[in-house]
Amino acid sequence: MSLIEIRGVSLQYDSLPVIKNVSVEVEQGEFFVIIGPNGAGKTTLLKALAGLHPLFAGEIQIRQRLIGDYSRKELARTLALVPQQINADFPFTVVETVLMGRYPHLGLLAVEGKKDLQLAEQAMEFTEIAHLAGRRLGQLSGGERQRVIIARAVCQQSKILLLDEPTASLDPAHQLRIMDLMERLRHREEITIIMVSHDLNLASTYADRLLLLKDGAVEKIGTPRQVLTRELLSQSYGCTLLVDENPLLGTPRVSLVSEKVASTISNEQGHL
Amino acid sequence: MIGYIPVYKKLIPVTLVLSLLLFVSMLLGLTIGSSGGTGAAWKLLLGLGEPDATLEVIVWQLRWPRVLLAATVGASLSLGGLVFQALLRNPLAEPYILGVSGGSAVGAILGILAGFSLFPGLTLSSFVGSLVVLLLVLLLNKSKEGNSDSLLLGGVMVNAFCGAIIMFLISVSKTAQMQKIIFWLMGDLSSAGADSLPLLLGVLPCFLLIFLLAQPLNLLLTGRESASAMGVNVAAIMLVLLLTASLMVSLTVCHSGLIGFVGLTIPHILRLLLGSDHRILIPACILTGASYLILCDLLSRSLPSQGEMSVGIVTALIGAPLFIGLLWRGRR
Repeated sequence: MSLIEIRGVSLQYDSLPVIKNVSVEVEQGEFFVIIGPNGAGKTTLLKALAGLHPLFAGEIQIRQRLIGDYSRKELARTLALVPQQINADFPFTVVETVLMGRYPHLGLLAVEGKKDLQLAEQAMEFTEIAHLAGRRLGQLSGGERQRVIIARAVCQQSKILLLDEPTASLDPAHQLRIMDLMERLRHREEITIIMVSHDLNLASTYADRLLLLKDGAVEKIGTPRQVLTRELLSQSYGCTLLVDENPLLGTPRVSLVSEKVASTISNEQGHL
Repeated sequence: MIGYIPVYKKLIPVTLVLSLLLFVSMLLGLTIGSSGGTGAAWKLLLGLGEPDATLEVIVWQLRWPRVLLAATVGASLSLGGLVFQALLRNPLAEPYILGVSGGSAVGAILGILAGFSLFPGLTLSSFVGSLVVLLLVLLLNKSKEGNSDSLLLGGVMVNAFCGAIIMFLISVSKTAQMQKIIFWLMGDLSSAGADSLPLLLGVLPCFLLIFLLAQPLNLLLTGRESASAMGVNVAAIMLVLLLTASLMVSLTVCHSGLIGFVGLTIPHILRLLLGSDHRILIPACILTGASYLILCDLLSRSLPSQGEMSVGIVTALIGAPLFIGLLWRGRR
């Protein structure tokens, strides 16, 4: 039995269909990446997994239990969501924010004990933000803030991590840092990772399997090698993409090809 | 750990210090006034000197209810401000500025005209008034998510409209029991008396309920979806908090009219001093808001050479410049 089973799920947004009859299973410990053009419904699907979007049709089961049957706190103990951004208008400190991850584990008054503080400390060391503990969120850079959100999710101790474009707007060094962090989490804590990303090369390097969404429907599910092909990508994204092999890793490598170059080459060679 | 003091270690000293502040404010409120010497009042409180029947009446039957009313109203308004700021995610939100107080005043006046008694009729009509405005504010906030200007502008207009309705209703009514216009527009604590007791009984459970929801409120501040994903039942908690805060505000408006800016001044100062954790801010707001309005009322009683002025004048003189300052800082 798979850890997560999505069966025939359709989702609507303001009565417009966003996700149409999607079925997919994710295994324990898998690094699963959802890709697809803008507006394909990637984030909406992720939110539905987190129980934040009502299902129009179909069902989602986690550990063979419908997500509708979980209480909010139970669901939060089962999976943690890492949104792209969190609101920083109110000046919480880094450690206060990370400690919020303990909420689903605490009682009515939600007062954290020594153990919770230790977990927060570990999560901050793990994400390399311990030195920022007393700083306010508004004073941090984008990469630091992203790591705070991840630390909060780590502190939540859920075995499933849902990430919404965690590397968007980060420079390559910070992208790598976040992705390596994910790898370590997966190996050390046996965490299952489901990530939405626009970065096809990161997806190719780190993912076990990919889900390519187009117009809310499944275009292809499979390993990076099966999904990241020139035909499939160019057709889904509506532009010419060059796919060759990463000389170091042997994984598919995706490059952008400008329209002008694409037309010149196809005229000369008949194909790309 | 660097930069972190556990909640309970912070809560106890903060509560102790602010309780002491409240105690001192209450003593000052009891002993200072236009009639009777301050020294004599101190002696009365300490049980020294000759018993003075007149002074005893002044201190215990005139000043004490007024101090209690000021404390309750101050605590409710500043806590109301804190809750509205958190729920609307706008540091400038406040019951008076949003027009929620104005709405409950209109409700209360309509209740008086309909001949309702203070409890429960008047309280209910005032509560309904505040809810109508709150609904309007929320709709305005929803259609322009994140635009704090439209929210504030809407509040200002609702306020002006409520003010006009209040003046209109009072002008055309012939009811003798209606208080003067200035009571409703500027707020005033002179009506303090034995019938203020239900107010205290009404707001105390509100305080407790809001305190119990402090941590979900913290999580809400990082975003609704983010809070929801961490196990907060967002819709239910927002509904409970909005209803509780409105109830609290409308209860106080029935007794004190429109006192503005308390809910802006106190939460803002406390956030600067204590940070953003509502598990600390909520008790701190209750205690400091209570002290603040006792002291403001003291000023309104003692500053004018004759009679007294509305306490709302004092709170607006302090709060409005602060509001402008905050708006200015937010723009830069």
